[in-house]
Amino acid sequence: MLALLADTFPTWYKLDIGTWFDQVVTHLGVRYSWFFDLVSHDLLWFLNGLERLVNGIPWWLLIVAVFAVGWRATGKMRNGLIYAAMLLLVGVLGLWDQMNQTVAIVIASVLFSLIIGLPFGILAANSRALSSALRPLLDAMQTMPTFVYLIPAVMFFGLGKVPAVIATTIYAAPPVVRLTSHAIEQVDPEVVEAGRAFGANRWQLLFKVQIPQALPTILQGINQTMMMAVSMIVTCSMIGARGLGLEVITAINRLEIGRGFTSGIAIVIVAVLIDRLTQGWFRHGLKPGEGRS
Amino acid sequence: MSGVLLEVRNLTRIFGRDPARVRAMLAEGLGKDEIYRTTGATVAVDDVSFEVAEGETFVIIGLSGSGKSTVVRCLNLLQVPTSGQILFAGRDILGYRASELLAYRRNRVSMVFQNFGLLNHRDVLDNVAFGLELRGTPGDERRRKALEAVAMVGLGGQEHRRIDALSGGMKQRVGLARALANDPDLLLMDEPFSALDPIVRRDMQGELLKIQSQVRKTIVFITHDINEAFKLGDTIAIMRDGKFVQCGTPGAILEHPANDYVADFIQDIRQRLPEGCRLQSLRGPAVCPLNADPNVGR
Repeated sequence: MLALLADTFPTWYKLDIGTWFDQVVTHLGVRYSWFFDLVSHDLLWFLNGLERLVNGIPWWLLIVAVFAVGWRATGKMRNGLIYAAMLLLVGVLGLWDQMNQTVAIVIASVLFSLIIGLPFGILAANSRALSSALRPLLDAMQTMPTFVYLIPAVMFFGLGKVPAVIATTIYAAPPVVRLTSHAIEQVDPEVVEAGRAFGANRWQLLFKVQIPQALPTILQGINQTMMMAVSMIVTCSMIGARGLGLEVITAINRLEIGRGFTSGIAIVIVAVLIDRLTQGWFRHGLKPGEGRS
Repeated sequence: MSGVLLEVRNLTRIFGRDPARVRAMLAEGLGKDEIYRTTGATVAVDDVSFEVAEGETFVIIGLSGSGKSTVVRCLNLLQVPTSGQILFAGRDILGYRASELLAYRRNRVSMVFQNFGLLNHRDVLDNVAFGLELRGTPGDERRRKALEAVAMVGLGGQEHRRIDALSGGMKQRVGLARALANDPDLLLMDEPFSALDPIVRRDMQGELLKIQSQVRKTIVFITHDINEAFKLGDTIAIMRDGKFVQCGTPGAILEHPANDYVADFIQDIRQRLPEGCRLQSLRGPAVCPLNADPNVGR
């Protein structure tokens, strides 16, 4: 009894969940290897296709497109020029292909985050039980150090793009889930009441009232998800994803400071461009009174 | 005015757990405060019954918390009554199946909200067409009916303006047009003009009277403004603590207030009546001695 009240935390009992995790991971890896191989195979096929698609865009066309979208989205030609110049710089730095590889991974991860995140966000907004069950899970997804699940991801899916996209999706999905459910919960109750009063069924209420009303906040969540996906670039390269992240890793390993900064700047440019262009586009597309629904 | 369109019998709405126990306590004659203390439940509406005739404007007036908004929300089942019956055209809407309830809301009853409840991602016309869209009215007809409703509330030419760009009065005109576009049998109005400036409010009251003289809808109108009640109502119910204190024509209430609470409530109106004036309704010409201003109270 007295031993319990000693100054140091008692060590005679230790809960060993580590071994348990080891066993689960090993067991899953062996027992369901066919499943992981299947996922890995299909995902790789998809990612390679996506990368070819991104690579297929002529460099000059992409620069012109960034200029045009930047101009239209922000309403200032100057901004369009700046964005186009930034993109040009990435090419001049000799990192165009790496950028394409990185962008393909980001696009895929964001896509998966949205496919999983949007429905869960919508469901959570309508179900208190789901919402309280999801909350700790989302917290864990966002705060669990990435490497902790990066290693099992490699064990299941092998090295390369596939575990990178899966890890990025885990890390980047929470904002879109959270902000989607938050946005729908925050829709003016009287507007929802009006929808019901005029005889909207569940789907009509969701698609004609709740989602359109919540859209600005949902898009904010999507933007955050994109930014989080970009922030995973370097981490992903540690498990063999090529692209700008790999440049950084190589530079660090060889203590090539200049090379590190060069690729670092390219990553910053990619992040800024994705952020500004989507933000501007979202805002522009949302300006009410621009044409009718 | 022909038959009775809406008949509400013993409507009770209790917020909180264990409504059965609360009902038993109500039957014993316990007060609302006491019930709240012992059970934590709120009795919002306590055994209210009334009838609304076709084409009539039925005004429920009361202070905030009196239960008037809950009553009107029970009429299209936005709030589900704890007990009672709501007979619409002779049938209890509480017995509706889900599909019948949707049809009732889409075709029979419309609602106008205090803070408008408009969809600010749509323009004026698409807001007005909202009810028709839910109902599945085809595009051309929907557009035609919505345009008619927009014109009726005096917003002709503003069909494609953004909701955010409109003043409060104009927003509520959109709310009214949305409700009228459905051509409902019953129009529920939950303090529709309370959020508006006094002058705009007076304009909107006039507008409603004008529209009502054309369309003769059956209206249940909620307000806390006694002048508004007497200006618009064919029948007025004064509500307090979830009960109707008095229900009758404006004239009857003015002449024979049921108790001190009602007398106090209508003091404002009485003071503005010229000496010796008797009103049937403030809307119609006052039954006044010669020379008295018949427009008093407008």
